[in-house]
Amino acid sequence: MFQKVLIANRGEIARRIIRTCKRLGIQTVAIYSEADEKSLHVCEADESYCVGEPPVNQSYLNVDAILAATKESGAEAIHPGYGLLSENAGFAKRVEQEGLVFIGPTSEVIEAMGSKLEARKRMASAGVPIIEGVNEAMASATEAAEVAAKIGYPVMLKASAGGGGIGMQVVHDEAELLKAFEGNQKRAESFFGDGTMFVEKFIAEPHHIEVQVLADQHGHTIPVFERECSVQRRNQKVVEEATSPFISAETREKMLDAAVAAASSIGYTNAGTIEFLVDANEQFYFLEMNTRLQVEHPVTEEISGLDLVEWQLKIASGEELTIERSQLRIHGHAIEVRIYAEDPVRFFPSPGTITKLVLPQESGIRHEAGVEEGSVVTPFYDPMIAKLITTGTTRDEAVTRMQQALADYVVEGIKTNIPMLRDVVAHPEFQAGRTTTKFVEQYYLPEVAKK
Amino acid sequence: MIKAEMAGTVWKVLVKEGDTVEEGQEVMILESMKMEIPVEAEEAGVVKRVVVNEGDFIDVDADLVEIE
Repeated sequence: MFQKVLIANRGEIARRIIRTCKRLGIQTVAIYSEADEKSLHVCEADESYCVGEPPVNQSYLNVDAILAATKESGAEAIHPGYGLLSENAGFAKRVEQEGLVFIGPTSEVIEAMGSKLEARKRMASAGVPIIEGVNEAMASATEAAEVAAKIGYPVMLKASAGGGGIGMQVVHDEAELLKAFEGNQKRAESFFGDGTMFVEKFIAEPHHIEVQVLADQHGHTIPVFERECSVQRRNQKVVEEATSPFISAETREKMLDAAVAAASSIGYTNAGTIEFLVDANEQFYFLEMNTRLQVEHPVTEEISGLDLVEWQLKIASGEELTIERSQLRIHGHAIEVRIYAEDPVRFFPSPGTITKLVLPQESGIRHEAGVEEGSVVTPFYDPMIAKLITTGTTRDEAVTRMQQALADYVVEGIKTNIPMLRDVVAHPEFQAGRTTTKFVEQYYLPEVAKK
Repeated sequence: MIKAEMAGTVWKVLVKEGDTVEEGQEVMILESMKMEIPVEAEEAGVVKRVVVNEGDFIDVDADLVEIE
């Protein structure tokens, strides 16, 4: 096992990783930007290094400064967390070349899965169901229109390098496609430096369900159940739960099998997530693979009893998985909500100083927070400031605990999405477990408009 | 004067001095917390002055564009 690990991240996830490292007796090294000098993750690490000015491209994405800090501290491995450099194949490659360990899969696997088109091709050859569509780049809007006519409208126009909904659009007919093609291509070009576009059949009101996998460097891959992450706003998840209240036990087994086939076929190592779209008939299709720890990993930990960060560290240091799929059991139910510093209606960011923070402390509640009372939420980074996780022996119990916890959760000084989360969790459709990716548009926004 | 609703960075300036703008037209896009925030003209008029440049960091209530 490693003696010392550098955490190339900030906020709640840096604190989360530090916690497991401490339990395992591993020394921790934090990095921070000038805006985060007084952050909790900096105080909690054994050592810390400033890597630059507040904007991410000058600090948390500053590869040279991060590698210099790693060398100076004597850390043997880098944990990238999620976001930032976690799925940057170039960074993983630099880490490998410097003779350090990147806690994640190899740079080659990250690169392949970073291209939605390449991932589609690899999954198709591994026998994983993919959405009807094309496996090659569309050279022009006219070519895309020809393909769309064959598949049948509506179709989803997608940027191969896209993420977070950018470069992606549903189009209902040829005129709309021709109009949308160039704009999305340009956006993908400017955001991701790659304007490659392709076309897939549009799946109406799908569920977003993803499977957690763990794979060691000795050929063992196990699935650690699924997470239902359908409640989203601006294509970003807001509420996640494990297991999915929607799929049957039979579908679950099929999805876990598909996820293992997907990960094994590409030589995946470490913790990873296979995202699927699931239609009303429980047919599932590969969406993408996230080659890192997910924001919503705590719900999987709560129902499986595993510490996923511990397994990431063990696998990266070469240890074998000592658990088998047949040994894993589902213990109750877990729900996570993401607390964002944002206006709950327009979803606009709300940076500022947190003047009051009260985190409810009853049993069955877990907090992952990057802030405390008095913390300044700056405009430089992602608006997620904390996560609230509740568990129960049944889904109903976890939901009831979540409602109570949200009622008792106090954040003052900035706007947060807590009022929205309260409405979502209290909604009869959510309580019945009927959550599709259209939930916020269908149920939440109309009710806000009424008020 | 159009002011910033929140702290952030000026991502794109969409107008220049002398441009005629309509009510509701986007004059600038700010970036805050990884999100693009469009800034619209509250009323029609002519751009008298663009106070900020692309890449500038701005605080809440900072002056952005003057329209008359």
